[in-house]
Amino acid sequence: MAAQTLSRMVSRVSRDMLRGVSDFGYLIALLGESFYWPVFGPRRKQPVRIEAVFTQMMQIGVEAIPILAVLTMAVGIMLAIQLVNTLELFGVESQVVLAVAKAMTREFGALMTAILLAGRSGSALAARIGSMVVSQEIEALRVMGIDPVRYLVVPAVIAFAIMTPALVVLADAMGIIGGGLFSTGPLNMTMETYIRTSIEVLTVGDVMQGLSKGLVFGILIALVGCSAGFSVRGGAEGVGRATTRAVVLSLTYVIIVDMMFTWFMNV
Amino acid sequence: MPKKTAQPAEYVLEVEDLVVEYGRRRILDGISMNVRAGEIMVIMGGSGSGKSTLLRHLLGLEVPAGGTVRMLGRDVSEMTNTEMDDLRQHVGVSFQSGALFTSMSVGENVALPLRERQNLDDNTIRIMTRLKLELVSLAGFENLMPSQLSGGMIKRAAFARAIVMDPKLVFFDEPSAGLDPVVSAELDELIIKLRDALGTTIIVVTHELESAFRIADRITVLDHGRVLVTDTVDAVRNCQDQRVQDLLNRTPREMKIDADDYLRRLTEEEPEYVD
Repeated sequence: MAAQTLSRMVSRVSRDMLRGVSDFGYLIALLGESFYWPVFGPRRKQPVRIEAVFTQMMQIGVEAIPILAVLTMAVGIMLAIQLVNTLELFGVESQVVLAVAKAMTREFGALMTAILLAGRSGSALAARIGSMVVSQEIEALRVMGIDPVRYLVVPAVIAFAIMTPALVVLADAMGIIGGGLFSTGPLNMTMETYIRTSIEVLTVGDVMQGLSKGLVFGILIALVGCSAGFSVRGGAEGVGRATTRAVVLSLTYVIIVDMMFTWFMNV
Repeated sequence: MPKKTAQPAEYVLEVEDLVVEYGRRRILDGISMNVRAGEIMVIMGGSGSGKSTLLRHLLGLEVPAGGTVRMLGRDVSEMTNTEMDDLRQHVGVSFQSGALFTSMSVGENVALPLRERQNLDDNTIRIMTRLKLELVSLAGFENLMPSQLSGGMIKRAAFARAIVMDPKLVFFDEPSAGLDPVVSAELDELIIKLRDALGTTIIVVTHELESAFRIADRITVLDHGRVLVTDTVDAVRNCQDQRVQDLLNRTPREMKIDADDYLRRLTEEEPEYVD
């Protein structure tokens, strides 16, 4: 009996691992196709439509601006509060400007953008493609000779790749302004000086670190969302599961990749 | 364009010894059939006869375990993705549920194949779309969303989308399923009209006897993954095969129970399913 339970456990674990590996392989394949179609699509009479990319860019990027601005400003304020309190212990609270600016540009701008996009757009992508799978719309595309990856995935990946870094810039700026809103008081400094100092202490490398992270996170979220959508089986419940999976998986990937990025760029 | 082959153009679709297995179960067992140019072929069978699976394989959506499908003279399994995509411009499909894109209007749905696969200007696309919508009596409905249409209208819009590229071969999956008798008769008329007007070869998959007899030139009867008979309407009606007669007369299938088998099914352990 115990042997049987054990064998079942082993078989389940190995099945889950296999699934993980095959899911990851699918992501890589989708990434490959995302490079393939823009280059070879026109030759196959299936160009990637620029209008589709713009539509996605509106949904993913422009429409996310207000909520992202509020979120990152809040993060900036929180960072400033914590840092003022901590740095006060060492008597160097004037370094808050530097700390907030570096933390936002190197880390939190990209991370907050990724969290918002995973919850807002990655899940929407999974739900959209998932419900298209359920209602046979993907098969309809295939039998029309329209490649679903070219038509649905590539515009999303391109839009994410362009818009995520753009949003990271906004996130950085709003975070620094948020930091300024709190710390100008304790530091006895004007907002103008605060921002000028922030810009002075930042290097190109700091900003680039956040931007390159943003680019990678954006592509990851798009790929995970699409692959979760395509993997939908079994009706509305499947769509719900895929949406959850898209969010959880993309956040997991984002945070692990973030850790690796930070490690290799700073250690 | 599909390459010219030595094959006479008479057959638009040739299926030879098609075998499909899902796990240990054999769904299609040596299906062979031919469809001639310009005819309406009805593939008929009850639930579980394998007709939907056959359709998916005819459309090249899945890879069979054995056998060949030749569409418009080309072996489907030997074609590259690009060749397949090009071939598909000559094939139209109307799905059972319609499979209209819910985020697009009726007009955009019908225009999509033209927009994505042809280099045409907007005016031409609009005219061609309206032409096909006229044909299925949906003129003036092009700005409606699929959710605003009735069941019959969805099917007709799906017809229009299937024929917008003037395909040589059109598949209809259960055209009259879930519709009232009047609407379903109208759809049957429409299928015959399409064939007469455009000379298209049409393959209809259905379980509705009445509709099958009304529209078919020839009927292929499928049962438990095998072809029982392929013949003209009259010949199928007069076919002496017991199972064909059972299907035509709607006789319930007899359940044969093997005592040993029954006991085994009751007592066997849950098999471990692998996705």
